[in-house]
Amino acid sequence: ISGVFWSFLNGRCVIFLAYLNIVCLCSASQMQTVTLIPGDGIGPEISVAVMKIFEAAKAPIQWEERNVTAIKGPGGKWMIPPDAKESMDKNKIGLKGPLKTPIAAGHPSMNLLLRKTFDLYANVRPCVSIEGYKTPYTDVNLVTIRENTEGEYSGIEHVIVDGVVQSIKLITEQASQRIAEYAFEYARNNQRASVTAVHKANIMRMSDGLFLRKCREAAEKHRDVKFTEMYLDTVCLNMVQDPTQFDVLVMPNLYGDILSDLCAGLIGGLGVTPSGNIGANGVAIFESVHGTAPDIAGKDMANPTALLLSAVMMLRHMGLHGHAKKIEAACFDTIRDEKVRTQDLGGNSKCSEFTDAICQRVRDMD
Amino acid sequence: MAAHSAVLSVSKIINPFWGGRLGNTVKVFGTTLTSHRNKTQRAPPPAKYGGRHTVTLIPGDGIGPELLNHVREVFRFSCVPVDFEVVHVNSALETEEDINNAITAIRRNGVALKGNIETKHTMPPSVKSRNNLLRTSLDLYANVMHCQSLPGVQTRHQNIDIMIIRENTEGEYSSLEHENVPGVVESLKIITRNNSLRIAEYAFRLAREKGRRRVTAVHKANIMKLGDGLFLQCCREVASGYPDITFDSMIVDNTTMQLVSKPQQFDVMVMPNLYGNVVSNVCAGLVGGPGLVPGANYGRDYAVFETATRNTGKSIADKNIANPTAMLLAGCMMLDHLKLHDHASSIRNAIFTTMNENRLHTADIGGQGTTSEVVQSVMRIIQSKGQLTAEF
Repeated sequence: ISGVFWSFLNGRCVIFLAYLNIVCLCSASQMQTVTLIPGDGIGPEISVAVMKIFEAAKAPIQWEERNVTAIKGPGGKWMIPPDAKESMDKNKIGLKGPLKTPIAAGHPSMNLLLRKTFDLYANVRPCVSIEGYKTPYTDVNLVTIRENTEGEYSGIEHVIVDGVVQSIKLITEQASQRIAEYAFEYARNNQRASVTAVHKANIMRMSDGLFLRKCREAAEKHRDVKFTEMYLDTVCLNMVQDPTQFDVLVMPNLYGDILSDLCAGLIGGLGVTPSGNIGANGVAIFESVHGTAPDIAGKDMANPTALLLSAVMMLRHMGLHGHAKKIEAACFDTIRDEKVRTQDLGGNSKCSEFTDAICQRVRDMD
Repeated sequence: MAAHSAVLSVSKIINPFWGGRLGNTVKVFGTTLTSHRNKTQRAPPPAKYGGRHTVTLIPGDGIGPELLNHVREVFRFSCVPVDFEVVHVNSALETEEDINNAITAIRRNGVALKGNIETKHTMPPSVKSRNNLLRTSLDLYANVMHCQSLPGVQTRHQNIDIMIIRENTEGEYSSLEHENVPGVVESLKIITRNNSLRIAEYAFRLAREKGRRRVTAVHKANIMKLGDGLFLQCCREVASGYPDITFDSMIVDNTTMQLVSKPQQFDVMVMPNLYGNVVSNVCAGLVGGPGLVPGANYGRDYAVFETATRNTGKSIADKNIANPTAMLLAGCMMLDHLKLHDHASSIRNAIFTTMNENRLHTADIGGQGTTSEVVQSVMRIIQSKGQLTAEF
């Protein structure tokens, strides 16, 4: 009898354990791990702020913190620490704070190293006017997509004779095709109506001409998105007069650098601008593009908005639109409210107070 | 310099007796004397016969011909002693005969007023930009643009007063490109010590002449260490010779960000070719648009005047809605260059009165006036000041 009873219990246990397992698996597949690189200066504080807000919003994100410093690998080549690389390759998604660029340290900047390691070919910067933060430009809503690997920043320079320097701008078919395809994919996935290619093909006929051809080819494949071409100077001229006429802009490296910073200036600067880097093999690293601000590091004065909006961009990339909307709305409402604002936005609250205000709003939304 | 003034004072004594004939040869001789000694001084153009200057006029494409006609009308009306030699350049042709004719004409006359010549980028790469060809052949190394807020024009930012000096011949516009491997194109950006020193020297001299306090060099030397590094080094070298003027530098992406948030902080800016393109267009947009700002290209021996942002304006051509202000002001800059200052100021004042007091604006600055209305208003104001004018 005991044997029957025991096997009966066992059976129940097995079923119960199986049930538990299924429950665990379900919640485990919802939780996604993201590599977090806090960075230097104000990096750690703002990363903590973002983690707190995500917790309050009950976002299914698990953070894996890693540090990146340049170390010399075998063969004398500079590289990032192997555990950081492993973590990124496994998780595919990363969030990065500002990294210090050392002067005369003998190694290239950390951002450059990360870019090369993960082949981050596209830099995406959505610039949307923040309702509560007044700038002379209202209703800005555009996205700049910049080719991030070649172009004028190839770093190939020579001194031909004493007093004559030549810098080489490299445009390849492959990279141009990749960025053009990405721009149209982005437009399609984010319900954007048009893509504009920015170039200077009247002067740089072959190089920008190649870039433009690839954009046209990608446009043929994506007929649901409108495609236009505009000269760089015309874009600059129109951007400062009427930024509402632009939607998605795709361009090579240098023009992208200048234009993305111009657009960031339109909405209020680098302290409130999100940014994402898309790489090959599905890797995506989202970052805040401002500096490390060593003068206010550790004083609870930093503004976490840029990193927070980049994290929201990350949630959208991962498909978690509900949470993204919630956190973004809480952030904008807090800024619009004007009661709790950090110093750079014109208020005098601390970083922790700002963070708590956002957390409270997020909780109230549930 | 001393020889030039000595020669001129002698000519002043002889002039009344010889009725100006000796004076002209003396002027030409004086110019050649000084051109070796003082390479950076702008020599007055030699084409002057019977007291009238001859200026090359290149209509260009788009709104160019229409606006330049208006300039000629205003000049004729104000009895400006300038004759225009019109040279047409057909941008659809692949040969360079047209542009070479234009260049020869400018060499002959020394001064030109031009509209923008369109560059169809569907043409093969061997067909270079005509505007660029003109600039490099005549070695017009300095592009000068003065952006000033006009009180009558509504803009987001006020009190802007920036002078932009842009290197005009080298940099990214060298047009040297090749495809070594199919699918990989290389474009060369050339920076030379000589040209960088030259443009920096021009910038500082101009700043001193105009009583400006600060010169900012715009660059990207953190990435292009050798190229822009050389440019920056040359600027610093020249700055050390002008201790009364403050010199600082700014990276180009930060510059554009600062321009859209706080443009009042800038005074004089000097930069290589491509950044000059971006910054000048941003500044033109800040003060009200491409229809308001004139630009000048100066070389050692020649000067060519045009609108600052070099737009062809194909979409608004022949519709009588283009803004003639930029081209008219470019004409005034040309008159100042020819030392016809009275005519220049009267036309300039008439334009500003039309813009600021009468508020007669064209569509690009938010008004409803037509081009001809603006031009008529300018001519009416010139007439009302009591100067000698032709019939309407």
